[in-house]
Amino acid sequence: MPGKVHVQSNINGEDTDFLCEPRQSLLEVLRDVLSLTGTKEGCNDGNCGACTVIMDGRIVDSCCVLGVEAQGKQLTTIEGIASADGLHPIQQAFLENASLQCGICTPGFIVAVKALLDREPKPTEQRVRHWLAGNLCRCTGYDKIVRAVLDASEKIQASPR
Amino acid sequence: MKEIDYAVPKSVSETVSLLAEKGNQARCLAGGTDLLVQLRGGRRSVELVVDIKEVPEANHLSYDPQKGLEIGSAVPCYRIYQDEAIANAYPGLIDAAAMIGGIQIQGRASLGGNLCNAAPSADGIPPLIVLESTCVIAGPNGTREMPVEDFCTAPGRNAMQDNEFLVSLRIPSPKQRQGANYLRFIPRNEMDIAVAGVGSSVVLSADKNSIESARISLASVAPTPLFVKEAGDALAGKAITEEAIEAAAQAAMAAAKPITDMRGTIRQRRHLVGVLTRRTLQGAIERAKEA
Ligand SMILES: Cc1cc2nc3c(=O)[nH]c(=O)nc-3n(C[C@H](O)[C@H](O)[C@H](O)COP(=O)(O)OP(=O)(O)OC[C@H]3O[C@@H](n4cnc5c(N)ncnc54)[C@H](O)[C@@H]3O)c2cc1C
Ligand code: FES
Ligand code: FES
Repeated sequence: MPGKVHVQSNINGEDTDFLCEPRQSLLEVLRDVLSLTGTKEGCNDGNCGACTVIMDGRIVDSCCVLGVEAQGKQLTTIEGIASADGLHPIQQAFLENASLQCGICTPGFIVAVKALLDREPKPTEQRVRHWLAGNLCRCTGYDKIVRAVLDASEKIQASPR
Repeated sequence: MKEIDYAVPKSVSETVSLLAEKGNQARCLAGGTDLLVQLRGGRRSVELVVDIKEVPEANHLSYDPQKGLEIGSAVPCYRIYQDEAIANAYPGLIDAAAMIGGIQIQGRASLGGNLCNAAPSADGIPPLIVLESTCVIAGPNGTREMPVEDFCTAPGRNAMQDNEFLVSLRIPSPKQRQGANYLRFIPRNEMDIAVAGVGSSVVLSADKNSIESARISLASVAPTPLFVKEAGDALAGKAITEEAIEAAAQAAMAAAKPITDMRGTIRQRRHLVGVLTRRTLQGAIERAKEA
Protein backbone atom coordinates (compact mmCIF):
# COMPACT_ATOMS: atom_id res chain seq x y z
CA MET A 1 0.00 0.00 0.00
CA PRO A 2 1.58 3.29 -1.01
CA GLY A 3 2.42 5.41 2.02
CA LYS A 4 2.68 9.13 2.38
CA VAL A 5 5.61 10.91 0.84
CA HIS A 6 7.60 13.68 2.46
CA VAL A 7 7.85 16.69 0.12
CA GLN A 8 9.86 19.86 0.55
CA SER A 9 9.07 22.95 -1.46
CA ASN A 10 9.17 26.69 -1.13
CA ILE A 11 5.67 28.15 -1.03
CA ASN A 12 5.21 31.93 -1.12
CA GLY A 13 8.79 32.43 0.00
CA GLU A 14 8.69 29.99 2.90
CA ASP A 15 10.37 26.60 2.97
CA THR A 16 7.50 24.19 3.52
CA ASP A 17 7.51 20.48 4.32
CA PHE A 18 4.43 18.38 3.90
CA LEU A 19 3.27 14.77 3.73
CA CYS A 20 1.01 13.69 0.91
CA GLU A 21 -0.22 10.63 -0.91
CA PRO A 22 1.16 10.25 -4.44
CA ARG A 23 -2.37 10.34 -5.86
CA GLN A 24 -3.14 13.77 -4.39
CA SER A 25 -3.01 16.69 -6.78
CA LEU A 26 -1.07 19.79 -5.87
CA LEU A 27 -4.45 21.52 -5.65
CA GLU A 28 -5.64 19.02 -3.03
CA VAL A 29 -2.38 19.38 -1.13
CA LEU A 30 -2.61 23.17 -1.08
CA ARG A 31 -6.21 23.20 0.07
CA ASP A 32 -6.59 20.08 2.22
CA VAL A 33 -3.10 19.54 3.63
CA LEU A 34 -1.73 23.08 3.85
CA SER A 35 -5.04 24.92 4.32
CA LEU A 36 -4.12 27.37 1.55
CA THR A 37 -7.73 27.54 0.39
CA GLY A 38 -7.30 30.67 -1.73
CA THR A 39 -6.52 28.45 -4.71
CA LYS A 40 -9.89 27.29 -6.08
CA GLU A 41 -11.17 24.16 -7.74
CA GLY A 42 -13.41 24.68 -10.75
CA CYS A 43 -13.27 21.81 -13.22
CA ASN A 44 -10.48 19.63 -11.79
CA ASP A 45 -9.39 18.75 -15.34
CA GLY A 46 -7.23 21.58 -16.63
CA ASN A 47 -9.87 23.61 -18.42
CA CYS A 48 -10.83 26.50 -16.14
CA GLY A 49 -7.63 27.87 -14.59
CA ALA A 50 -9.25 28.51 -11.17
CA CYS A 51 -6.44 26.45 -9.62
CA THR A 52 -3.60 28.40 -11.30
CA VAL A 53 -0.36 28.71 -9.32
CA ILE A 54 3.14 29.74 -10.33
CA MET A 55 5.64 26.87 -10.27
CA ASP A 56 9.27 27.76 -10.92
CA GLY A 57 8.19 30.91 -12.74
CA ARG A 58 5.54 29.33 -14.99
CA ILE A 59 1.80 29.24 -14.44
CA VAL A 60 0.33 25.74 -14.20
CA ASP A 61 -3.07 24.28 -13.32
CA SER A 62 -2.43 22.80 -9.87
CA CYS A 63 -5.19 20.22 -10.47
CA CYS A 64 -2.98 18.77 -13.23
CA VAL A 65 0.15 18.50 -11.07
CA LEU A 66 0.76 15.84 -8.42
CA GLY A 67 1.62 17.12 -4.96
CA VAL A 68 4.75 14.96 -5.00
CA GLU A 69 5.92 16.79 -8.13
CA ALA A 70 6.31 19.94 -6.01
CA GLN A 71 9.48 18.47 -4.50
CA GLY A 72 12.21 21.13 -4.74
CA LYS A 73 9.92 23.56 -6.53
CA GLN A 74 9.26 27.25 -5.91
CA LEU A 75 5.52 27.94 -5.73
CA THR A 76 3.48 31.12 -5.56
CA THR A 77 -0.21 30.91 -4.73
CA ILE A 78 -2.79 33.68 -4.38
CA GLU A 79 -1.80 33.91 -0.70
CA GLY A 80 1.64 35.09 -1.80
CA ILE A 81 0.50 37.98 -4.00
CA ALA A 82 -0.38 40.71 -1.48
CA SER A 83 2.41 42.15 0.67
CA ALA A 84 2.38 43.21 4.31
CA ASP A 85 1.66 46.78 3.12
CA GLY A 86 -1.57 45.80 1.43
CA LEU A 87 -3.03 44.50 -1.78
CA HIS A 88 -0.96 44.06 -4.92
CA PRO A 89 -1.79 46.62 -7.66
CA ILE A 90 -3.36 43.78 -9.67
CA GLN A 91 -5.70 42.96 -6.80
CA GLN A 92 -6.47 46.67 -6.33
CA ALA A 93 -7.24 47.02 -10.05
CA PHE A 94 -9.63 44.02 -9.93
CA LEU A 95 -11.53 45.73 -7.10
CA GLU A 96 -11.59 49.15 -8.75
CA ASN A 97 -12.77 47.76 -12.09
CA ALA A 98 -15.39 45.47 -10.51
CA SER A 99 -13.70 42.53 -12.23
CA LEU A 100 -15.30 39.86 -10.08
CA GLN A 101 -18.76 38.73 -9.17
CA CYS A 102 -18.84 35.30 -7.52
CA GLY A 103 -15.06 35.39 -7.18
CA ILE A 104 -14.29 31.71 -7.78
CA CYS A 105 -12.18 32.45 -10.85
CA THR A 106 -10.46 35.48 -9.33
CA PRO A 107 -7.46 33.91 -7.55
CA GLY A 108 -6.56 32.00 -10.71
CA PHE A 109 -6.84 35.12 -12.85
CA ILE A 110 -4.75 37.21 -10.44
CA VAL A 111 -1.98 34.63 -10.23
CA ALA A 112 -1.95 34.27 -14.04
CA VAL A 113 -1.85 38.05 -14.47
CA LYS A 114 0.99 38.36 -11.96
CA ALA A 115 3.08 35.93 -14.02
CA LEU A 116 2.26 37.86 -17.20
CA LEU A 117 3.11 41.33 -15.86
CA ASP A 118 6.31 40.09 -14.18
CA ARG A 119 7.48 38.95 -17.61
CA GLU A 120 5.79 41.46 -19.92
CA PRO A 121 4.99 44.66 -18.04
CA LYS A 122 3.16 46.30 -20.96
CA PRO A 123 1.07 43.68 -22.77
CA THR A 124 -1.42 44.63 -25.47
CA GLU A 125 -5.09 43.87 -24.94
CA GLN A 126 -4.81 41.01 -27.43
CA ARG A 127 -1.85 39.56 -25.57
CA VAL A 128 -3.77 39.76 -22.28
CA ARG A 129 -6.74 37.94 -23.78
CA HIS A 130 -4.48 35.28 -25.28
CA TRP A 131 -2.55 34.79 -22.01
CA LEU A 132 -5.83 34.38 -20.11
CA ALA A 133 -7.45 31.92 -22.56
CA GLY A 134 -6.90 29.16 -19.98
CA ASN A 135 -8.85 31.03 -17.29
CA LEU A 136 -12.63 30.82 -17.47
CA CYS A 137 -15.12 33.19 -15.85
CA ARG A 138 -18.83 32.47 -15.91
CA CYS A 139 -19.87 35.83 -14.42
CA THR A 140 -18.07 38.90 -15.72
CA GLY A 141 -17.86 38.46 -19.49
CA TYR A 142 -14.09 39.10 -19.28
CA ASP A 143 -14.08 42.76 -20.37
CA LYS A 144 -13.75 44.08 -16.85
CA ILE A 145 -10.99 41.59 -16.13
CA VAL A 146 -9.03 42.67 -19.21
CA ARG A 147 -9.54 46.32 -18.27
CA ALA A 148 -8.21 45.64 -14.78
CA VAL A 149 -5.09 44.00 -16.20
CA LEU A 150 -4.35 46.94 -18.51
CA ASP A 151 -5.05 49.31 -15.62
CA ALA A 152 -2.73 47.40 -13.28
CA SER A 153 -0.04 47.36 -15.95
CA GLU A 154 -0.20 51.17 -16.18
CA LYS A 155 -0.20 51.64 -12.41
CA ILE A 156 2.78 49.34 -11.94
CA GLN A 157 4.69 51.30 -14.61
CA ALA A 158 3.84 54.58 -12.91
CA SER A 159 5.00 53.47 -9.48
CA PRO A 160 7.15 50.36 -9.62
CA ARG A 161 7.38 48.60 -6.29
CA MET B 1 -8.01 8.98 -8.01
CA LYS B 2 -7.13 5.45 -6.90
CA GLU B 3 -3.98 4.93 -4.86
CA ILE B 4 -0.79 5.01 -6.88
CA ASP B 5 2.91 4.66 -6.29
CA TYR B 6 5.24 7.31 -7.64
CA ALA B 7 8.81 6.94 -8.83
CA VAL B 8 11.30 9.49 -10.18
CA PRO B 9 14.01 7.57 -12.05
CA LYS B 10 17.20 9.42 -12.86
CA SER B 11 18.26 7.49 -15.96
CA VAL B 12 16.92 5.76 -19.05
CA SER B 13 17.92 2.32 -17.73
CA GLU B 14 16.29 2.90 -14.36
CA THR B 15 13.09 3.93 -16.15
CA VAL B 16 13.13 0.80 -18.32
CA SER B 17 13.60 -1.47 -15.28
CA LEU B 18 10.70 0.17 -13.45
CA LEU B 19 8.46 -0.27 -16.51
CA ALA B 20 9.61 -3.87 -17.04
CA GLU B 21 8.86 -4.72 -13.40
CA LYS B 22 5.29 -3.37 -13.47
CA GLY B 23 4.23 -4.23 -17.03
CA ASN B 24 0.96 -2.55 -18.00
CA GLN B 25 0.49 -1.37 -14.42
CA ALA B 26 3.06 1.40 -14.92
CA ARG B 27 2.67 4.60 -16.94
CA CYS B 28 5.12 7.38 -17.69
CA LEU B 29 4.32 10.89 -16.48
CA ALA B 30 5.56 13.86 -18.50
CA GLY B 31 3.40 16.98 -18.08
CA GLY B 32 0.44 15.00 -16.78
CA THR B 33 -2.12 17.06 -18.71
CA ASP B 34 -3.54 13.90 -20.27
CA LEU B 35 -2.46 11.26 -17.76
CA LEU B 36 -3.65 12.87 -14.52
CA VAL B 37 -7.02 13.76 -16.04
CA GLN B 38 -7.41 10.17 -17.31
CA LEU B 39 -6.43 8.63 -13.97
CA ARG B 40 -8.78 10.89 -12.06
CA GLY B 41 -11.63 10.23 -14.46
CA GLY B 42 -11.11 6.47 -14.13
CA ARG B 43 -10.33 6.14 -17.85
CA ARG B 44 -6.97 4.65 -16.94
CA SER B 45 -5.85 2.84 -13.85
CA VAL B 46 -2.25 2.08 -12.94
CA GLU B 47 -0.26 1.08 -9.87
CA LEU B 48 2.86 3.07 -10.63
CA VAL B 49 3.38 6.50 -12.12
CA VAL B 50 6.92 6.92 -13.44
CA ASP B 51 7.85 10.60 -13.58
CA ILE B 52 10.41 10.89 -16.40
CA LYS B 53 11.20 14.58 -15.94
CA GLU B 54 14.47 13.87 -14.13
CA VAL B 55 15.77 11.56 -16.83
CA PRO B 56 18.33 13.87 -18.49
CA GLU B 57 17.64 12.66 -22.05
CA ALA B 58 13.89 13.23 -21.62
CA ASN B 59 14.47 16.76 -20.38
CA HIS B 60 17.03 17.74 -22.99
CA LEU B 61 16.37 20.25 -25.79
CA SER B 62 19.01 21.05 -28.36
CA TYR B 63 19.16 22.47 -31.85
CA ASP B 64 22.13 22.38 -34.15
CA PRO B 65 21.68 23.67 -37.74
CA GLN B 66 23.74 20.70 -38.99
CA LYS B 67 22.32 17.92 -36.81
CA GLY B 68 18.77 19.15 -36.38
CA LEU B 69 16.50 19.31 -33.37
CA GLU B 70 16.35 16.86 -30.48
CA ILE B 71 13.39 17.31 -28.13
CA GLY B 72 13.38 15.30 -24.91
CA SER B 73 10.06 13.53 -24.56
CA ALA B 74 9.10 15.47 -21.41
CA VAL B 75 10.15 18.96 -22.55
CA PRO B 76 7.13 21.25 -22.10
CA CYS B 77 5.81 23.22 -25.08
CA TYR B 78 6.83 26.62 -23.73
CA ARG B 79 10.52 25.67 -23.74
CA ILE B 80 10.24 24.86 -27.44
CA TYR B 81 8.50 28.05 -28.56
CA GLN B 82 10.48 30.24 -26.18
CA ASP B 83 13.77 29.24 -27.85
CA GLU B 84 14.37 31.77 -30.60
CA ALA B 85 16.65 29.62 -32.74
CA ILE B 86 14.15 26.74 -32.68
CA ALA B 87 11.20 29.04 -33.32
CA ASN B 88 12.98 30.49 -36.36
CA ALA B 89 14.03 27.13 -37.76
CA TYR B 90 10.75 25.24 -37.21
CA PRO B 91 7.79 27.66 -37.38
CA GLY B 92 5.53 24.80 -38.48
CA LEU B 93 6.24 22.95 -35.24
CA ILE B 94 5.73 26.09 -33.19
CA ASP B 95 2.25 26.47 -34.74
CA ALA B 96 1.29 23.38 -32.71
CA ALA B 97 3.44 23.90 -29.59
CA ALA B 98 1.87 27.34 -29.06
CA MET B 99 -1.64 26.01 -29.77
CA ILE B 100 -1.91 23.09 -27.33
CA GLY B 101 -4.14 24.17 -24.42
CA GLY B 102 -3.59 27.59 -22.86
CA ILE B 103 -0.51 29.07 -21.19
CA GLN B 104 -0.99 26.89 -18.07
CA ILE B 105 -1.15 23.69 -20.13
CA GLN B 106 1.86 24.76 -22.22
CA GLY B 107 3.83 25.14 -19.01
CA ARG B 108 3.61 21.36 -18.57
CA ALA B 109 2.40 19.62 -21.74
CA SER B 110 5.09 17.96 -23.86
CA LEU B 111 5.10 16.95 -27.52
CA GLY B 112 6.27 13.52 -26.34
CA GLY B 113 3.15 13.17 -24.18
CA ASN B 114 1.00 14.47 -27.02
CA LEU B 115 2.43 11.76 -29.28
CA CYS B 116 2.36 8.88 -26.75
CA ASN B 117 -1.23 9.69 -25.84
CA ALA B 118 -1.98 9.02 -29.52
CA ALA B 119 -5.22 10.98 -29.72
CA PRO B 120 -6.50 11.28 -33.31
CA SER B 121 -6.90 15.01 -32.59
CA ALA B 122 -3.38 15.59 -31.21
CA ASP B 123 -2.15 18.87 -32.67
CA GLY B 124 1.53 18.08 -32.23
CA ILE B 125 1.57 14.97 -34.39
CA PRO B 126 0.90 16.24 -37.97
CA PRO B 127 3.73 18.81 -37.80
CA LEU B 128 6.11 16.13 -36.48
CA ILE B 129 5.09 13.84 -39.34
CA VAL B 130 5.50 16.40 -42.11
CA LEU B 131 8.92 17.39 -40.72
CA GLU B 132 10.04 13.72 -41.03
CA SER B 133 10.58 13.33 -37.29
CA THR B 134 11.58 10.07 -35.65
CA CYS B 135 10.86 8.65 -32.20
CA VAL B 136 13.78 7.44 -30.08
CA ILE B 137 12.39 4.57 -28.02
CA ALA B 138 14.25 2.88 -25.15
CA GLY B 139 13.62 -0.67 -23.95
CA PRO B 140 15.43 -3.56 -22.29
CA ASN B 141 17.51 -4.16 -25.44
CA GLY B 142 18.65 -0.59 -25.91
CA THR B 143 17.12 2.05 -28.14
CA ARG B 144 15.40 1.93 -31.52
CA GLU B 145 14.12 4.62 -33.85
CA MET B 146 10.82 4.79 -35.66
CA PRO B 147 9.26 7.38 -37.99
CA VAL B 148 6.51 9.31 -36.18
CA GLU B 149 4.00 8.36 -38.89
CA ASP B 150 4.31 4.68 -37.88
CA PHE B 151 3.94 5.31 -34.14
CA CYS B 152 0.20 5.68 -33.50
CA THR B 153 -1.73 2.45 -34.04
CA ALA B 154 -5.26 3.20 -32.77
CA PRO B 155 -6.93 5.86 -30.61
CA GLY B 156 -4.82 6.04 -27.43
CA ARG B 157 -2.49 3.27 -28.61
CA ASN B 158 1.06 3.38 -29.89
CA ALA B 159 3.69 1.02 -31.20
CA MET B 160 5.67 0.73 -27.95
CA GLN B 161 5.76 -2.33 -25.68
CA ASP B 162 4.89 -1.96 -21.98
CA ASN B 163 8.59 -2.05 -21.09
CA GLU B 164 9.54 0.69 -23.56
CA PHE B 165 9.27 4.46 -23.36
CA LEU B 166 9.81 7.43 -25.61
CA VAL B 167 13.13 9.11 -24.85
CA SER B 168 13.10 11.90 -27.41
CA LEU B 169 12.00 13.15 -30.80
CA ARG B 170 14.51 13.86 -33.57
CA ILE B 171 13.70 16.36 -36.28
CA PRO B 172 16.08 16.77 -39.20
CA SER B 173 17.60 20.18 -39.96
CA PRO B 174 15.36 22.33 -42.11
CA LYS B 175 16.23 21.91 -45.78
CA GLN B 176 16.96 24.90 -47.97
CA ARG B 177 13.72 26.53 -49.12
CA GLN B 178 11.60 24.37 -46.82
CA GLY B 179 8.52 25.68 -45.07
CA ALA B 180 5.79 24.10 -42.93
CA ASN B 181 2.49 25.13 -41.42
CA TYR B 182 -0.14 23.56 -39.13
CA LEU B 183 -3.72 24.79 -38.77
CA ARG B 184 -6.78 23.33 -37.11
CA PHE B 185 -10.43 24.25 -37.06
CA ILE B 186 -12.10 24.79 -33.69
CA PRO B 187 -15.28 26.71 -32.94
CA ARG B 188 -13.46 28.94 -30.39
CA ASN B 189 -10.23 30.92 -30.66
CA GLU B 190 -8.31 28.85 -28.09
CA MET B 191 -8.60 25.85 -25.82
CA ASP B 192 -10.57 23.34 -27.82
CA ILE B 193 -10.13 19.98 -29.54
CA ALA B 194 -9.56 20.05 -33.29
CA VAL B 195 -12.60 19.27 -35.45
CA ALA B 196 -9.97 18.78 -38.15
CA GLY B 197 -6.30 19.70 -38.43
CA VAL B 198 -3.81 19.72 -41.29
CA GLY B 199 -0.02 20.00 -41.34
CA SER B 200 1.85 20.69 -44.58
CA SER B 201 5.51 20.95 -45.47
CA VAL B 202 7.04 21.88 -48.84
CA VAL B 203 10.52 22.14 -50.29
CA LEU B 204 10.74 24.58 -53.21
CA SER B 205 12.98 24.45 -56.26
CA ALA B 206 15.98 26.80 -56.48
CA ASP B 207 13.98 29.40 -58.46
CA LYS B 208 11.14 29.06 -55.92
CA ASN B 209 8.57 28.66 -58.71
CA SER B 210 7.87 25.00 -58.24
CA ILE B 211 7.61 22.39 -55.52
CA GLU B 212 10.34 19.77 -55.22
CA SER B 213 8.60 17.71 -52.56
CA ALA B 214 5.75 18.03 -50.08
CA ARG B 215 4.30 16.16 -47.11
CA ILE B 216 0.78 16.44 -45.73
CA SER B 217 -0.67 15.01 -42.52
CA LEU B 218 -4.17 15.17 -41.04
CA ALA B 219 -5.59 15.24 -37.51
CA SER B 220 -9.06 14.32 -36.21
CA VAL B 221 -10.28 12.67 -39.39
CA ALA B 222 -9.25 9.03 -38.76
CA PRO B 223 -8.58 6.71 -35.79
CA THR B 224 -4.96 7.93 -35.83
CA PRO B 225 -3.20 10.99 -37.20
CA LEU B 226 -2.81 10.31 -40.94
CA PHE B 227 0.20 10.73 -43.18
CA VAL B 228 -1.19 11.21 -46.70
CA LYS B 229 1.77 10.42 -48.90
CA GLU B 230 -0.19 10.67 -52.15
CA ALA B 231 -1.32 14.22 -51.37
CA GLY B 232 2.28 15.40 -51.02
CA ASP B 233 3.43 13.37 -54.01
CA ALA B 234 0.76 15.06 -56.14
CA LEU B 235 2.77 18.26 -55.76
CA ALA B 236 6.26 16.90 -56.47
CA GLY B 237 7.82 18.58 -59.50
CA LYS B 238 4.76 20.78 -60.05
CA ALA B 239 4.77 24.55 -60.59
CA ILE B 240 3.10 26.47 -57.75
CA THR B 241 -0.39 26.90 -59.16
CA GLU B 242 -3.90 26.81 -57.79
CA GLU B 243 -4.56 23.63 -59.76
CA ALA B 244 -1.60 21.83 -58.18
CA ILE B 245 -2.68 22.85 -54.69
CA GLU B 246 -6.25 21.80 -55.46
CA ALA B 247 -5.07 18.36 -56.58
CA ALA B 248 -3.28 17.89 -53.24
CA ALA B 249 -6.36 19.09 -51.34
CA GLN B 250 -8.53 16.58 -53.23
CA ALA B 251 -6.09 13.76 -52.43
CA ALA B 252 -6.13 14.72 -48.73
CA MET B 253 -9.94 14.82 -48.70
CA ALA B 254 -10.07 11.41 -50.34
CA ALA B 255 -7.70 9.94 -47.72
CA ALA B 256 -9.64 11.32 -44.73
CA LYS B 257 -11.86 8.78 -42.95
CA PRO B 258 -13.77 11.01 -40.60
CA ILE B 259 -16.66 10.11 -38.31
CA THR B 260 -19.62 12.16 -37.18
CA ASP B 261 -19.57 13.04 -33.48
CA MET B 262 -20.52 15.95 -31.24
CA ARG B 263 -17.68 18.04 -32.63
CA GLY B 264 -18.48 17.72 -36.31
CA THR B 265 -19.96 15.69 -39.14
CA ILE B 266 -18.25 13.59 -41.79
CA ARG B 267 -19.16 16.14 -44.43
CA GLN B 268 -17.92 19.13 -42.47
CA ARG B 269 -14.67 17.39 -41.59
CA ARG B 270 -13.95 16.38 -45.15
CA HIS B 271 -14.66 19.92 -46.30
CA LEU B 272 -12.34 21.27 -43.59
CA VAL B 273 -9.54 18.98 -44.73
CA GLY B 274 -9.77 20.59 -48.18
CA VAL B 275 -9.80 24.14 -46.82
CA LEU B 276 -6.99 23.54 -44.33
CA THR B 277 -4.83 21.68 -46.84
CA ARG B 278 -5.03 24.62 -49.23
CA ARG B 279 -4.33 27.12 -46.47
CA THR B 280 -1.44 25.24 -44.87
CA LEU B 281 0.15 24.63 -48.27
CA GLN B 282 -0.04 28.35 -48.99
CA GLY B 283 1.35 29.09 -45.52
CA ALA B 284 4.16 26.56 -46.00
CA ILE B 285 5.02 27.99 -49.44
CA GLU B 286 5.17 31.53 -48.02
CA ARG B 287 7.52 30.35 -45.28
CA ALA B 288 9.63 28.39 -47.75
CA LYS B 289 10.06 31.51 -49.89
CA GLU B 290 11.39 33.39 -46.86
CA ALA B 291 13.54 30.51 -45.60
C1 LIG C 1 -7.34 21.97 -20.86
C2 LIG C 1 -6.61 21.11 -21.83
C3 LIG C 1 -6.44 21.56 -23.13
C4 LIG C 1 -5.76 20.76 -24.06
N1 LIG C 1 -5.62 21.24 -25.32
C5 LIG C 1 -5.01 20.48 -26.25
C6 LIG C 1 -4.86 20.94 -27.58
O1 LIG C 1 -5.25 22.07 -27.90
N2 LIG C 1 -4.28 20.13 -28.49
C7 LIG C 1 -3.82 18.90 -28.15
O2 LIG C 1 -3.28 18.21 -29.01
N3 LIG C 1 -3.91 18.43 -26.89
C8 LIG C 1 -4.50 19.19 -25.93
N4 LIG C 1 -4.64 18.72 -24.65
C9 LIG C 1 -4.13 17.39 -24.31
C10 LIG C 1 -2.73 17.38 -23.68
O3 LIG C 1 -2.44 18.60 -23.04
C11 LIG C 1 -1.65 17.12 -24.73
O4 LIG C 1 -1.88 15.90 -25.36
C12 LIG C 1 -0.24 17.15 -24.12
O5 LIG C 1 0.70 17.37 -25.15
C13 LIG C 1 0.14 15.89 -23.36
O6 LIG C 1 1.45 16.02 -22.90
P1 LIG C 1 1.86 15.72 -21.37
O7 LIG C 1 3.33 15.98 -21.29
O8 LIG C 1 1.01 16.48 -20.44
O9 LIG C 1 1.54 14.17 -21.30
P2 LIG C 1 1.18 13.20 -20.09
O10 LIG C 1 -0.20 13.47 -19.63
O11 LIG C 1 2.26 13.22 -19.08
O12 LIG C 1 1.23 11.82 -20.89
C14 LIG C 1 0.31 11.51 -21.91
C15 LIG C 1 0.29 10.00 -22.16
O13 LIG C 1 1.51 9.58 -22.75
C16 LIG C 1 2.22 8.71 -21.88
N5 LIG C 1 3.60 9.18 -21.92
C17 LIG C 1 4.03 10.45 -21.71
N6 LIG C 1 5.34 10.55 -21.94
C18 LIG C 1 5.75 9.30 -22.30
C19 LIG C 1 7.01 8.77 -22.68
N7 LIG C 1 8.09 9.54 -22.74
N8 LIG C 1 7.09 7.45 -22.99
C20 LIG C 1 5.97 6.67 -22.94
N9 LIG C 1 4.75 7.13 -22.59
C21 LIG C 1 4.64 8.43 -22.28
C22 LIG C 1 1.58 8.85 -20.52
O14 LIG C 1 1.68 7.67 -19.77
C23 LIG C 1 0.15 9.17 -20.89
O15 LIG C 1 -0.55 8.01 -21.21
C24 LIG C 1 -5.26 19.50 -23.68
C25 LIG C 1 -5.42 19.06 -22.36
C26 LIG C 1 -6.08 19.85 -21.44
C27 LIG C 1 -6.23 19.37 -20.03
S1 FES D 1 -9.65 23.29 -11.39
FE1 FES D 1 -7.72 23.14 -12.34
S2 FES D 1 -8.11 23.93 -14.29
FE2 FES D 1 -10.08 23.90 -13.42
S1 FES E 1 -16.51 36.01 -11.09
FE1 FES E 1 -17.72 34.22 -11.08
S2 FES E 1 -16.60 32.92 -12.37
FE2 FES E 1 -15.55 34.76 -12.58
